[in-house]
Amino acid sequence: MVLIHHLLVQIVQMALVVALAPLLTGFVRKVKARLLRRRGASVLQPYRDLTRLLRKEAVVAENASWLFRVAPYLIFAATWVAAAVIPTFATGLIFSWTVDLIAIIGLLGSARFFLALAGMDVGTSFGGIGASREMLIATLAEPAMLLIIFSLALIAGSTQLSTIAAFMTYPQVGLRVSLAVALIAIIMVAIAENARIPIDNPATHLELTMVHEAMVLEYSGRHLAMIELAAMLKLLLYLSMIVCIFVPWNLKGPDAGYAAYFTGFASYLVKLIVGGAMLALFETATAKMRVFRVPQFLGAALMLGLLATLLRFVSRSF
Amino acid sequence: MTSVALMLSCVAALLATVVLAAFIARSRLATPAIYSLSLGISAIAFSTGLVQLSSPAADSPALVLPFGLPWLGAHFRLDPLAAFFLVVVNLGGAFASLYGLGYGRHEHAPHRVLPFFPAFLVGMNLVILSDDAFTFLLSWEFMSLASWALVMAHHRDAGNRRAGYIYIVMASFGTLALLLAFGLLAGPDGAYGFAAMRAAQHTPFTTGLVFVLLMLGAGSKAGLVPLHVWLPLAHPAAPSHVSALMSGVMTKVAVYGVIRVLFDLVGTPAWWSSLVVLLIGGGTAVLGILHALMERDLKRMLAYSTIENIGVVFVGLGLALAFKDAGMELAAALAMTAALFQVLNHSFFKSLLFFGAGAVLTQTGERDLEKLGGLIHRMPVTAFAFLVACVAISALPPFNGFASEWLVFQAILQSPDLPQWALTILVPAVGGLLALSAAVAAACFVRAFGIAFLGQPITEASAGASEADRFSLAAMAILAALCLLAGILPGIVIDALSPVTKLLVGGRMPVQTDVPWLSIVPVAESRSSYNGLLVFLFIGFSAWLSATVIHRFASRALRRAPVWDCGFPGIDATMQYTAGSFAQPARRVFGTLVFRARERVDMPPPGALIPARFELEFHDLVWEGLCLPVAGAVGFVAEKLNHLQFLTIRRYLSLVFLALVLLLLVLALWS
Repeated sequence: MVLIHHLLVQIVQMALVVALAPLLTGFVRKVKARLLRRRGASVLQPYRDLTRLLRKEAVVAENASWLFRVAPYLIFAATWVAAAVIPTFATGLIFSWTVDLIAIIGLLGSARFFLALAGMDVGTSFGGIGASREMLIATLAEPAMLLIIFSLALIAGSTQLSTIAAFMTYPQVGLRVSLAVALIAIIMVAIAENARIPIDNPATHLELTMVHEAMVLEYSGRHLAMIELAAMLKLLLYLSMIVCIFVPWNLKGPDAGYAAYFTGFASYLVKLIVGGAMLALFETATAKMRVFRVPQFLGAALMLGLLATLLRFVSRSF
Repeated sequence: MTSVALMLSCVAALLATVVLAAFIARSRLATPAIYSLSLGISAIAFSTGLVQLSSPAADSPALVLPFGLPWLGAHFRLDPLAAFFLVVVNLGGAFASLYGLGYGRHEHAPHRVLPFFPAFLVGMNLVILSDDAFTFLLSWEFMSLASWALVMAHHRDAGNRRAGYIYIVMASFGTLALLLAFGLLAGPDGAYGFAAMRAAQHTPFTTGLVFVLLMLGAGSKAGLVPLHVWLPLAHPAAPSHVSALMSGVMTKVAVYGVIRVLFDLVGTPAWWSSLVVLLIGGGTAVLGILHALMERDLKRMLAYSTIENIGVVFVGLGLALAFKDAGMELAAALAMTAALFQVLNHSFFKSLLFFGAGAVLTQTGERDLEKLGGLIHRMPVTAFAFLVACVAISALPPFNGFASEWLVFQAILQSPDLPQWALTILVPAVGGLLALSAAVAAACFVRAFGIAFLGQPITEASAGASEADRFSLAAMAILAALCLLAGILPGIVIDALSPVTKLLVGGRMPVQTDVPWLSIVPVAESRSSYNGLLVFLFIGFSAWLSATVIHRFASRALRRAPVWDCGFPGIDATMQYTAGSFAQPARRVFGTLVFRARERVDMPPPGALIPARFELEFHDLVWEGLCLPVAGAVGFVAEKLNHLQFLTIRRYLSLVFLALVLLLLVLALWS
């Protein structure tokens, strides 16, 4: 019975992340539009786009290989598995022991690997430029993320997100310099990983500086829908990860009742709304930077990650 | 028959194969005969090693044969460490032989390869089996010379001759350093048996000196920066299955040498040696993979990536050394397991990658990435196996590279308990270097696979390629399966490694095969756990589920159309992204610092008829800053000493007399 309960929570989580991901993207777009004094599309517009794409026929280039057709599903699956074990409203999910924080980053890396390959499959220069830049950004974002994980794991004594989240609610954790530095670094990495402004512009399509959009240029129909959904899931994943580590309040344990889960879910929604609104505000206030400024931005994140790891020695005393 | 005796019979059988090959090398049947024999013998040796590794009484007595030094004899022993490395060596040997059955048919000078191939296997096996310094060094040199002969197999190519020359110089240098190291360990009494060295007490000074000499000797063979310069030249010069052996296996024999001396023979080295190993390991990993990212020769790119993997292994060894020194047995066992697991994994995927590169080479005649492309359509099985290896070597879940890299990261997270503050601060930074090298590796292998196998063929050669022969495909397919298996069932490998870690660091990781769901839990479940099997099943299930649901309920229509490319018309193959352009952003970010890369674009004014020019300046700082000056100095000294060849007898006699006086003076002052 307990097992069924745990499985149910896990399945709800898996369904929840997929269901909420387009809503979050729609919400961010809506807030951005309002900040620019546009009315903007409805927050439900991403759902409509996805269903429209799913129903269309897929147009595939003549020389595309099997990899081009398989990659969207693999990318979506890897991202989904990673997103399904992030504590959103409940910690200690039954399969959360499958992957720890390092493995979550690894799964996102696998998704990116196949996305970059898919971009190169048809043999266009747009696909190549996107893949090349995506991998360049990853070469700096991934070590930065790993260093942030090190600093968190050295503080909390674990790389499991559930344990880290539980540890962060202890009163003795308090405000630490290394945590603050890690927070800044993780936000920078999240912005880069999700191809948001100032690294990449999710709204443009025909601009030479684009990264993510250049790789998926050849995709259409259901394949494009899968890749778009995976990108939305990734945004939700990073936002959930940040709020789960740094704002872990009202996360419910594995054996909580349904009422408790409901309040946990409500507070998760509030966190998402606040996080999404802050992202929109930040994106509206900044301009996109040149591609070769990106390494400096991520290098700063890398150094902050290292600093967070080293500052742990300073803040250990209190 | 004890397992040592069985192993030695395998070696003897391989030696007989060498002799046979020398006689029949020019006959038509030689290639299948020699490779089948090597395959069979390697398979027997592999199973012997595996049985020895998994048997509970995992130590067998030494076997002494009446060869070698007259008062010592040749000692052979098979402890768990040797058994593990014999498994790696003979597995690699078996796959290389299987691959050679097909690949060898394309060899235009089989008599230059066939006798040396089994000889190379003999050398590697004997290094690991030997239990005294003399046999060890003799086998080490035998291994070096056999592989040198294989590097020189296609000696009409000037590049290969140069590679062979640099290789033999570096190998001799390495053996000299090892000779001195063993001499120090043996002490003034000449106790050359490993048992005697283990029992002896070494002063800290000796230990430190042995450590430095060992890093020079075995480190140069393994490819540690800055002694790596020969590796990217020599490994690709050999035939591809030999490249696989050199990269996937021979570097591991060098790692074995380091482990044997550092963890077994010298007792406890000073704590700073772990610091040195960590720094060199991290630097090697980053520099190796950055070189690989810039390289456009497919096989040389793989050789550079070997340097990176060796760096990862040495980071694991350095951690194990630090933890062992601090008395943290559990953490030391974790780090050692990670290093050995990485050794095993690298032998899988690097062999596979070289096999794939060899298949591409025979089918297209090209090693240059810029001249390949679109091979996934013409060589689908090779492409799939190569893709698996690319994902695995990029340390991505659920494949084996991730499992071992994850263990290294878990070992790094044990570092706050180390007593030396220098190490506690340094280790996370080295972890950052490892993460950087893993991320660059992903970029590097996206580039390799994307340029060579995806896109459109650029040359006639790559457009006319066909699938490799069935022996090559079998070797690649099995290795790809092993990459996946070791990735989803890492617990079995970790448990199999426990006798080795017990021998080396005095502890072992917790039993992993009892953990529910076949997860791996290095320390405690609350700290970290990873389950490759479930990750694999979940990804497979989710992908299958989404594909099925979409095809069933949404749309399954598919239309082939010309490439869209944002509506840009007239796309042809030459307009694709090339390997050079893929690496360009990384060259601008990392290259300006690491390689002092400079780009210069000369754009003619509008209307001018001169072509635009693009110049790239690129420096290998280790080669230019270390190797060339040293070679220059050696040349200078040799030039000066050359005068001594043309003296009169009188002057020679006076020189001899002077030398005698000097020696006597030294003796008089010394005592």
